[in-house]
Amino acid sequence: MSTNSEKMEDLVGKDYEHGFVTDIDSDTVAPGLNEEVITFISKKKEEPEWLLEWRLKAYRHWLTMEDPTWAHLDIEHIDYQAISYYSAPKKKEDGPQSLDEVDPKLLETYEKLGIPLQEQKFLAGVAVDAVFDSVSVATTFKGKLADAGVIFCSFSEAVKDHPELVKKYLGSVVPAADNFFAALNSAVFTDGSFVYIPKGVRCPMELSTYFRINASNTGQFERTLIVADEASHVSYLEGCTAPMRDENQLHAAVVELVALEDAEIKYSTVQNWYPGDENGVGGIYNFVTKRADCRGDNSKVSWTQVETGSAITWKYPSCILKGDNSVGEFYSVAVTNNYQQADTGTKMIHLGKNTRSTIISKGISAKKAQQSYRGLVKVSKSADNARNYTQCDSLLMGDQCGAHTFPYIEAKNSSAKVEHEATTSKIGDDQLFYCLQRGIKEEDAVNMIVNGFCKEVFKELPMEFAVEAQKLLGITLEGAVG
Amino acid sequence: MNTDIQNYLNDFEQLGNDIKTDWFSKQRLSALSLFKETGFPSSRQENWKYTNTRPIAKETFSNTSTRQSVSISAEEIDAVRFQDLDCYELVFINGVYSREHSRIDGLAKGTVIDNMADALAKDNSKNNEILKKHLAQYADNKVSPFTALNTAFIQHGTYINVPKNTVIEKPINILYLSKESAKPFAAHPRNLIVMGEHSEATLIENYIGLDDANYFTNAVTEVSLAPSAIMKHYKIQQESLNAYHIGNLNVMQDKDSRFESNSISLGGSLVRNDIHGQLDAEGASIVMNGLYMTNDKQHVDNHTRVDHLKPNTHSSENYRGVLNGKSRAVFNGKVVVHPQAQKIEAHQNNANLLLSDNAEIDTKPELEIYADDVKCSHGATAGQLDQDMLFYLRSRAIDEGTARSLLTYAFADEVLKDISFTPVKNRLEYLIVGQLPDAKLIREFTNE
Repeated sequence: MSTNSEKMEDLVGKDYEHGFVTDIDSDTVAPGLNEEVITFISKKKEEPEWLLEWRLKAYRHWLTMEDPTWAHLDIEHIDYQAISYYSAPKKKEDGPQSLDEVDPKLLETYEKLGIPLQEQKFLAGVAVDAVFDSVSVATTFKGKLADAGVIFCSFSEAVKDHPELVKKYLGSVVPAADNFFAALNSAVFTDGSFVYIPKGVRCPMELSTYFRINASNTGQFERTLIVADEASHVSYLEGCTAPMRDENQLHAAVVELVALEDAEIKYSTVQNWYPGDENGVGGIYNFVTKRADCRGDNSKVSWTQVETGSAITWKYPSCILKGDNSVGEFYSVAVTNNYQQADTGTKMIHLGKNTRSTIISKGISAKKAQQSYRGLVKVSKSADNARNYTQCDSLLMGDQCGAHTFPYIEAKNSSAKVEHEATTSKIGDDQLFYCLQRGIKEEDAVNMIVNGFCKEVFKELPMEFAVEAQKLLGITLEGAVG
Repeated sequence: MNTDIQNYLNDFEQLGNDIKTDWFSKQRLSALSLFKETGFPSSRQENWKYTNTRPIAKETFSNTSTRQSVSISAEEIDAVRFQDLDCYELVFINGVYSREHSRIDGLAKGTVIDNMADALAKDNSKNNEILKKHLAQYADNKVSPFTALNTAFIQHGTYINVPKNTVIEKPINILYLSKESAKPFAAHPRNLIVMGEHSEATLIENYIGLDDANYFTNAVTEVSLAPSAIMKHYKIQQESLNAYHIGNLNVMQDKDSRFESNSISLGGSLVRNDIHGQLDAEGASIVMNGLYMTNDKQHVDNHTRVDHLKPNTHSSENYRGVLNGKSRAVFNGKVVVHPQAQKIEAHQNNANLLLSDNAEIDTKPELEIYADDVKCSHGATAGQLDQDMLFYLRSRAIDEGTARSLLTYAFADEVLKDISFTPVKNRLEYLIVGQLPDAKLIREFTNE
């Protein structure tokens, strides 16, 4: 690393256009961000010239931007020059050699979630040759997907194998200069997932990053692009309920979804990054830009998210309802405990006629956590008969937590109907009393009530996910009552 | 860069030392320097996101005595008075107090109703004490540059002091009348109402444009409620359609006090109403009702904020809007429950009716909650008239225009029906029907 940084220092200040050469054999770059680093990443990944240009353009724009401060979050200053923007996938020897070396707290959580031993090793980053089950599963899956014509691969592979698709859709939903974190991601993203569902195909299975083994080290700047061609259908699962081990504090991902005519995309997320300890020390910063473009008529995009992890979450999965009769949905459960902070919500931009959107957001805030719902429903002049229904409820546990709601509604069409409702309260004493009186322990009673509170969202999750999410909720809120 | 405010700075110089009290001059000066620093708000500020104040900033208004030359006849005033209402009445013409037209005789002992400028100039130590204690304490100059501007120009306005255990039976009606004058003018009415323990009063603030003059009203009202005081407050805004109106109402509430605000906005080309309630002791409660009806190119912005600072405080809010033509309305309601303020109940509702495809509504009901034992809710809707209801009326041989007007009236009446003071309610119902097409027909329907 040190030799490398010297090299980098030599190179800083040299103009990229004047034929800069970098050592693409090295595995990591020194902390810092400049055009050389971006060129290095691009070269390392053997990217075509246009993609490098695209990255550099994003970077140049990023330089003119400032950290957003409008969110209801208390973020310590982030030194973007102190981050290393590229490191090659870790060699097995670097990780813990057996489960004995893993943080016992992490193992305890795995135990509670009922995760098999092999998978535990995989999740904790233990050096195993491969996760036996997953490999076989993945191989079978790959064959099935190929038969259907579905492309599901890492972003780097997509750039190599399907450059025309990537070029056509990359940045078409979230432009490189969209916002501070999206611009940063566009400049330095290292990998991610790419999905293409051809015309008329119903993806034969639920796609999950969990099974895509080579994605285990996509790093902190992940880029996901999903394109559903005409009349296709896909359900995509991101993340997993088990806490992931990760050394990177800052995560700035970008997810772009494109739904063409009659296509449907269902995107489910369970996010459970390390939230920091009970004193608010450490934890992941999760600053994600997620946006879907319902480009074709009758298209549909549905976002479902369960957010329990991260010290700070800044995330607004949105839908641009461009096609006539298109539908956007947002179902969210966000849980914050201890010193966690979350500012999350959605945007529904109605442009086409007869477009519909539904927003159901459930927030649970415990101990000293602060949580905000921030949403925008915009009905443009052209969106005749647009319809939106929004409901966001917050549950408070503990007298020092906070729950906030900032919904923006902008309506410019008289035939549109927009409704917003929100409530904030604590767990009803009478509900609790009812359970206790029937011999249910307080902790279980709270769990039950909280799960009931979130039911509307959980029922949108794929079945296995829903079961795990319920368990996860209980674990996250452990110790929040009593 | 601050050429917009130069005119105000010049006019301030001309104010001179009309009122010589030391503390007061200090208040004015510090407010002016604050305004000098900030200038007019820009739409880049979250608080002014949907309202552009450029039109006000770029015009040159006279803030001084030139506006006094206008005279208004008794008939003109009679036309806008509450005809049969027995009330105390203060009349201001283009922002200047008119003793001639006002009626404030026969007050109970200890009660003061006066023009602000006179009250400030009088050598009455008890009064000065109260003014010093309360004036400019509840309206924060830092929150809005317009408040700072008003504070710098405090002169005319209404000063009311109701002592302990006093109930003022007759309502207090304030008429701010405006009429074309030689130069477009700015008026900065400043009202201060100090209510003692267990006192009660009803206050009506009217802002009325008598013609289609171009002027700028920048009003600030401060209300202080001692324990168990009750105030009903009505604001009826019917400025000229070429006028700008910025109104700021700030209420500080002590234990078990109750404030009821009703804000009706019908006139003005660019209007911004800010209402800020601070529930600073247990048992305090505030009710905020509002109605805005806009047409043509009107822009009406209503911002409300309630701070629940102490436990066991209540607030409820109901605002409705009817938008027509190319008008735009903005609603922003904020409820803040402060740490340790438990046992709070706060409800808020905003409904909007869009009658035209060129109208726009931007609404944002906000909750900011830092305590857990609370019951808070808010709702916001935007939509058109219910097709089923229309059909029902049409099937009973009511023509479409009348059916629409009737339903629009019914929508607006949801706010009016809660108004407990009948003379005001009647007048408002009359005014609102007058804003609708087929006014005569609806009156026939509703008056049986």
